[in-house]
Amino acid sequence: MEIVDTSSLSEPSVAAGLAGGCGIDAVDFRHDFPALNQKIHGKPLVYLDNAATTQRPQCVIDEITRFHREDNSNVHRGVHLLSERATQAFEATREKIRHLLSAEHTHEIIFTRGTTESINLVAQSWGHGNVGEGDEVLITEMEHHSNIVPWQMLCERQGARLRVAPITDEGEIDLEAFERMITDRTRLVAVAHVSNALGTINPIKRIAAIAHARGVPVLVDGAQAVPHMAIDVRDIGADFYAMSAHKMYGPMGVGVLYGRTELLDAMPPWMGGGDMIKSVTFEKTVYNDLPHKFEAGTPNVPGVIGLGAAAGYLERVCLRNIAAHELGLLAYATRRLHEIPGLRIIGTSPRKAGVISFVLADVHPHDIGTILDQEGVAIRTGHHCAQPVMKRFGIAATARASLGLYNTTEDIDALIRGLGRVREVFA
Amino acid sequence: MDLRDLYQELILDHGRHPRNFHTLEHPTCSVEGYNPLCGDHFTVHVEVHDGVIQEVAFEGGGCAISTASASLMTQAMKGMSVQDARILFEKFHHLVTGERLRDEELPEEPHLGKLEVLAGVREFPTRVKCATLAWHTLNAALDKRSEPVTTE
Repeated sequence: MEIVDTSSLSEPSVAAGLAGGCGIDAVDFRHDFPALNQKIHGKPLVYLDNAATTQRPQCVIDEITRFHREDNSNVHRGVHLLSERATQAFEATREKIRHLLSAEHTHEIIFTRGTTESINLVAQSWGHGNVGEGDEVLITEMEHHSNIVPWQMLCERQGARLRVAPITDEGEIDLEAFERMITDRTRLVAVAHVSNALGTINPIKRIAAIAHARGVPVLVDGAQAVPHMAIDVRDIGADFYAMSAHKMYGPMGVGVLYGRTELLDAMPPWMGGGDMIKSVTFEKTVYNDLPHKFEAGTPNVPGVIGLGAAAGYLERVCLRNIAAHELGLLAYATRRLHEIPGLRIIGTSPRKAGVISFVLADVHPHDIGTILDQEGVAIRTGHHCAQPVMKRFGIAATARASLGLYNTTEDIDALIRGLGRVREVFA
Repeated sequence: MDLRDLYQELILDHGRHPRNFHTLEHPTCSVEGYNPLCGDHFTVHVEVHDGVIQEVAFEGGGCAISTASASLMTQAMKGMSVQDARILFEKFHHLVTGERLRDEELPEEPHLGKLEVLAGVREFPTRVKCATLAWHTLNAALDKRSEPVTTE
């Protein structure tokens, strides 16, 4: 059994035990998030679109504002006090994220614009030197477009081949097929930790063990996992781990790439500019050390500082408590949704994070979304940037409710009432 | 705002049972229309002779609004001159976007007729693209542009 993966919580008794022991009161957390306190079409907002983006707690908003009011200056440059304070807060976030991911070294944490940029960084910098003609990159059928297209582009450029491991009817990776698809030409495995469209928590530790046994490194798209569970990149065996701040209660426009030192050291910079150099002459430039080698130009300093505040918030709340709370809510929501005639949940793995995709009889998800919005309930409808998943299940789109730490059973009840309204309209 | 303003019986009926929902044997042009945000996907077939739309039909799948709008469009357009079809396109666009109709700029004919049922869409800005997808696609077909149309 994996220790850090919340798969260990997927059995209800364990989850209930944890929730009972040091359970969190989501109602209290709601007060930390000012955006939740508003009415939509005259009804209280019920926010169930957390897989698209989470709301920000007041402490994150305050910290970003404080930076602008008090510390605003560029990092790694000035000798003046403002620059020193900005640099300190910026680098303190790097250490917080190292801690959040249980990485070995702080310099293994690279700031990017988000998960998408993190994956593109690896595809361009690492991919260029390591994936050649006839080589293969192995992904899975459940990937988000951001973990498909960069590899497709790399393969096209290098004359390599993109291979796709299939998923089962439950929405799990077919591990036997996956294992068979690792060949002597496989150069990288790229896989989601948690599927944004299905909610499945993938057994990364097993996947990495299989890949590593064949000498293949693993990139993990952690965008949907970080807000829901404690992560230990070394324990699960991630060689690269990509994530976004805005999925974990931080601001948009900031993300992280974790990479093992050995891999990052061997990679060339992918963008040139200020801050990523030691010295520049027209004849030769000496690149900076990690992590700065991959951070050309003035970074999103307030964003990074906001990410630090979000990481601090998650630590205070305790990710293990969040996981237990959300799993309890997921079980409740799944049970209530099953009571609705004609409703079919897409993604039925017993190992899921707080994402529920569903279709309802012949009502198009877009129509469901509009009617729920009139009831104040915000969900996502569409293909969730995972068109191959939709194709796999023979549907064009789903409605998706996704949970955050502030959601309550009352929120789920509002969703169920809203779906009752949908059935009335389309009766 | 009442949901029934959007989901009127006629819309629900055409959403469930779209008319002219098939291919054509001898289309003069067929164009795909696609909304990449929600996955709505239609192919509009049109058969034009001597400046008149002899046949118009569609295939594909989408939400109740986009399907009903496509269905009602095909009913309204069949037998219409291409010139009138362009005017109806303008009028329909004004109807669902809520832009003021400048009467002096558009002739009185053709009338929107049953299409007025889609007026409620203007209260739901995120759904305007659903209502207009098939229309933009037909417009491209009348221009004999064969590349797919997207709403983005």
